Amino acid sequence: MTDEKTPKNRYRLDDPALIRGLTQPRISRRGMLAAGAMGMAAMAMPRFARADSGAKPTPLDAKWEKWWKEQKPTKELVFANWPYYMDVTDDGKDHPSLDEFTKQSGIDVKYLEVIQDNASFYAKIAPVLKSGQPIGNDLIVMTNGWQLTELLMQDFMIPLWQEKIPNFFKNASPSVISPSYDKDNKHSIVWQSGMTGIAYNPKLTGREITSFEDLFDPKFAGHIGMFTDLSELGSAGLLMAGIDPTTSTPDDWKKAAAKLEEQKKKGLVRQYYDQSYITALENGDIWLTQAWSGDVFQANAKGFKDLKFIIPKEGGMIWHDNMMIPKGAKNPLSALEYMNYYYTPEAAGTIEDYINYICPVPAAQAFIKDQLKDPDVADSELVFPSDEMYAKVHEFYAYKSYDDYQLWQSTFSPIVQG
Amino acid sequence: MSDPVSVRRLGRGAAPYLLSLPSWAYLAAFFIIPLVSMLSMSLAKGNPLVGYAFAWNFAEFGKAVTQYNTQLIRSFWYGALSTFITLVITYPVAYWIAFYGGKHKGTFLFLILLPFFVSFVIRTLAWQFILSDQGLLLGTLKALHLLPKTTYVLSTPAAVVGGLVYNSVAYYILPLYVALEKVDRRVVRAAGDLYASPSATFWKVILPLSAPGIFAGFLLVFVTNVGDFVNAAVLGGPGTRMIGNIIQYNFFDAQNYPMAAALSSILMFLLILAIYLYARVFGAEQIQEYAA
Repeated sequence: MTDEKTPKNRYRLDDPALIRGLTQPRISRRGMLAAGAMGMAAMAMPRFARADSGAKPTPLDAKWEKWWKEQKPTKELVFANWPYYMDVTDDGKDHPSLDEFTKQSGIDVKYLEVIQDNASFYAKIAPVLKSGQPIGNDLIVMTNGWQLTELLMQDFMIPLWQEKIPNFFKNASPSVISPSYDKDNKHSIVWQSGMTGIAYNPKLTGREITSFEDLFDPKFAGHIGMFTDLSELGSAGLLMAGIDPTTSTPDDWKKAAAKLEEQKKKGLVRQYYDQSYITALENGDIWLTQAWSGDVFQANAKGFKDLKFIIPKEGGMIWHDNMMIPKGAKNPLSALEYMNYYYTPEAAGTIEDYINYICPVPAAQAFIKDQLKDPDVADSELVFPSDEMYAKVHEFYAYKSYDDYQLWQSTFSPIVQG
Repeated sequence: MSDPVSVRRLGRGAAPYLLSLPSWAYLAAFFIIPLVSMLSMSLAKGNPLVGYAFAWNFAEFGKAVTQYNTQLIRSFWYGALSTFITLVITYPVAYWIAFYGGKHKGTFLFLILLPFFVSFVIRTLAWQFILSDQGLLLGTLKALHLLPKTTYVLSTPAAVVGGLVYNSVAYYILPLYVALEKVDRRVVRAAGDLYASPSATFWKVILPLSAPGIFAGFLLVFVTNVGDFVNAAVLGGPGTRMIGNIIQYNFFDAQNYPMAAALSSILMFLLILAIYLYARVFGAEQIQEYAA
């Protein structure tokens, strides 16, 4: 699924360090957001404070309860995450929120930025987990999608001892509780969410973009970008056809594929992009494109101030990156303690103020506004979406089996690969 | 065994085999084992959740050909075209350096290799900047009204083949240079003495003598380019995906390992066939000559 939403790419073409190096000195995230917020001004909507969702911890089965109770606390945590997905100081050496965690808990965190995309990370860890060996990480972050489903189907993740994560039940946004891909949050809780919509350059399109119909306008032929990621592409096709991706059926997929095939046959699509779409948009090769919200922020901050991001009126998509504890983890209690720490407004707010995707802790909004004095982030519709915004975005279809996944793949892959 | 002489004799007979043992071990570990496991995976059945088991299942080969023949043909077409263009571009350069480079030959070769010290991916990415619609090249031409505003190069087959050519230049120049450097200058002079015109000298003497370099370059460039996936991914668009992209997709995204293995086997078989045909048409001696 949204493999390339954060700056990462199979070939590492779009390492943000590279792009920043090629363009201009690194801007503070705060600066980025200020620029981003200008582009988003049109989207300002009323905000609704959300709090207690009423969710309660689900008890473990006897076997796992016994296992958890046998675990001894440790003073270590090995955390595998994606690049640019944690707050850092300006010299790039420290992660303040992790240092704070160490101060509070006495647990040392070994923080590794080793996950470049879901498919290749899965290919790396699955054979090890299958042979019953530890992968050396206590906490990993993966996007909801086939690979995550696969890990859960094969029982590679340790069920969470939810009593030890009270902050999650106290502070989590309802949008991340008991998701369809992991009922009752049995094995996972959300690290960040993000949205897929349409980005465009109004100077080149010559008008505001509001709908998927704009992706069929012959005026833009050869300058429309679509995603190569089949979960994203297929979901866009479903939304174009007026179908809710979350509850779609194989017959719907065919209709969506026909829609996308039509778009391609008419010569409208310039290319099916991975993360590189944002460079193409910045360079003016494409005028409008499927896009991930976070990238548009960064593009605005790099100086491409015209670029805008919208959720089309037919709807957009929302994805979630999830923290999980793999089997064989040496410090499972430390991992739980970190999860509990993350779901405080202070920790989530500190991290969010740097990474700017969608925060799963609504109370962090007040913390960012009042304590960090950063209203640009706090008031951003894309970091703390309103109820209206949440109502416009759909969850991805959750694959039920490998055959199900294969069917989706074979329905949509000819569009990209033809 | 008790006779020391026979032991010594045995040792002498076995020496070449013992000495070549590391090479055999290397070949076994990094060529034969992967090759066998690829071939057996291509005949396997199963799925990533339950695992794959060997099953003499030839169905994937049939599916690979029916589903992906377009991309297979396209890969060989792009590969052949880019190899030919590279040869046409690099031959004069290698010729000039070998014959007229004087004492600066080393410098010229170094200058040609210089860009190749930069990572392959970054060089390809740089072409994205150069060729972009409003970029260095097209932007300038459009500003001078030499090109219509809507013209683009990125995402077209031309961009992919261009990228393949660009990335192969060094791999073709070096073997061509070595072959041309080896051409005996006395033979060239003798051709002149026998009243061959400069063009006859080139076509009848120099070109045939440099054929081993052409073949070596062909091997390096053609084989690499047919299996390439980076240029198509970075510079290509709809309808330019090559077989390397399809194999990568089947391996990482679809997790259809038998399909990925079957496609790799087919690609390998077709490449060997292409090399064999080349050797047959242009004479196998050339290869031996070059090897010698």
